[in-house]
Amino acid sequence: MKVLLPVKQVARLEDDFAPDGGATVPVEELEWQLNEWDAFSLEAALELVESVDGGEVVAVTVGDEHAEEGLLACLAKGADRAIRVWDDALEGADALVVAAVLAAVVDAERPELVLCGVQSSDAANAATGIALAGLTGLAHVAVVKEIALAGETLTVHRELDGGEVEVLRVALPALLTVQTGINEPRYATLRAIKQARAKPLDTLALADVGLDADTVLAAAGARVVRLRAPERGEGATMLDGSPAEIAERIASIVREEVAS
Amino acid sequence: MNGVLVVAELAGAEPRPTTIELIELARALRRQGAGPVRVALIGRDVDDAATAVAALGVDEAIVVGVPIPHFEAHVWQAALEALIAEHAPAVVLAAHSVDSLGFAAALAARGRHGFASDVTALSWSVGGLAASRGAYGERLVAELDFPGKDTVVVLTRAGAGFGAAAETGATSSDALAAAGAITRLDVELSGRERTEHVELREPPRGDVDITQAELLLSIGRGIEDAERIPELRELASRMGATLSASRPLIDAGWIPPAQQVGQSGRTVAPKVYIALGISGAVQHLAGMSKSKTIIAVNSDPRAPIFGVAHYGAVADLFDVAAELERQFS
Repeated sequence: MKVLLPVKQVARLEDDFAPDGGATVPVEELEWQLNEWDAFSLEAALELVESVDGGEVVAVTVGDEHAEEGLLACLAKGADRAIRVWDDALEGADALVVAAVLAAVVDAERPELVLCGVQSSDAANAATGIALAGLTGLAHVAVVKEIALAGETLTVHRELDGGEVEVLRVALPALLTVQTGINEPRYATLRAIKQARAKPLDTLALADVGLDADTVLAAAGARVVRLRAPERGEGATMLDGSPAEIAERIASIVREEVAS
Repeated sequence: MNGVLVVAELAGAEPRPTTIELIELARALRRQGAGPVRVALIGRDVDDAATAVAALGVDEAIVVGVPIPHFEAHVWQAALEALIAEHAPAVVLAAHSVDSLGFAAALAARGRHGFASDVTALSWSVGGLAASRGAYGERLVAELDFPGKDTVVVLTRAGAGFGAAAETGATSSDALAAAGAITRLDVELSGRERTEHVELREPPRGDVDITQAELLLSIGRGIEDAERIPELRELASRMGATLSASRPLIDAGWIPPAQQVGQSGRTVAPKVYIALGISGAVQHLAGMSKSKTIIAVNSDPRAPIFGVAHYGAVADLFDVAAELERQFS
């Protein structure tokens, strides 16, 4: 069984960053880490392949060189190989553009299963995986919190609001977006981290997957006109002072409000 | 302009509150020049809901009859593809809900439409549609436009205040008096990729009902260590509070699912909600922002929880917890 695992190296703003009215953030203002959801989709992929006694987990990302670290983390935990697709024209690409690039990788790799995280922690579109399913025609379920495989059929639990769950069956090939908490992601051993660099990591240009920048960028769902700081509401009344003073204020608020 | 198509979500025969909010937003876009408001009701027995929706100041309620009683992503996608082909709406409005997440991005990608999710502000002008949404983990707001897109699929955040904003500026020409037309559309479903619904399962029932508590002591990722939970449980008990938690602690298996506050857990509105080490992800805020008094303690002054809290303290939660213990002993 071959599982394709699209992952994202997410960006976190430096604490003191202030927007200047532009549509992008300078790269030196960003820190990078593997998206929280992707640790869970990776674990789910590894467990599935282990359960059927063989197969391959291929991690793929659309990102610049900062994204290699995330792919290496996937390789260290057990992914078999990794693919990074990049072109400088993709800077600031939205979910639909990334999905268009990933669709070309799906066409080339022909996986039985594609496992994505529900969303990324920086953009939080919750769209890339399902857009990819739309472009490739794969059957799909979003926000999955349990996966069981029997033969060629997956039985999955889809998370609804308020703790309710829908049980669905979906035949392979398919695409799922995986929710946090679905499993307990493994840690990589130091030895595995060292060995990860020996595993195949292909760096591809758009032309290598049969795409060109103009076509891919035309898939964008929106254009960012401007990034700005959020409007702050009135905000909280801040309780200052020592922990003892803060606790005293909290205690008096609690006593007053709960009694009322 | 070919108007706004609202995708209704129903609870039985009634439109959900998020759908009412979307209709109000669509009427505001109509006043701004986006064109007529149509509401799509997709389902097996949606005629009563269509009658209810037609009375909400919309131009048309469209019944899309499908042979299944429950939501299925590929069915809704096929229905919306047919609706877009029929009406060429400038805007398709749906809630940023767990159901929409299953089909909206696929719809937009396949149709090469414009797309934005978790949108918190939306307006129409001669220049077309403009939207705002969070960026970089809500640290920034991205202002979006959609050049060259005839149809834009927009998923809006529930409770972002669209309804209230839409009410101001209503004019007599936008009166509720005339009920909209009710029409029907049939959809061809054969040949689509399929998922098969098996069943719905109710949430696990816990020993604790956090929705009934007047005082909730709620803990989050800032706890960092499962071994610290007993002392916080003890603190809750001394304060006469019920212990609840945000999603990461449920994901980690430290706190039972029945005690989760948030969109995928329980929605609570106690007299006092104390958030210790909870940063305030959107999904968490959706489950607790109606609390009467919210007190947040977090070491990160930028934590979004301070945006909804009435009282806040930037401090180590365990230092404050230890002092609270003294206050209630």
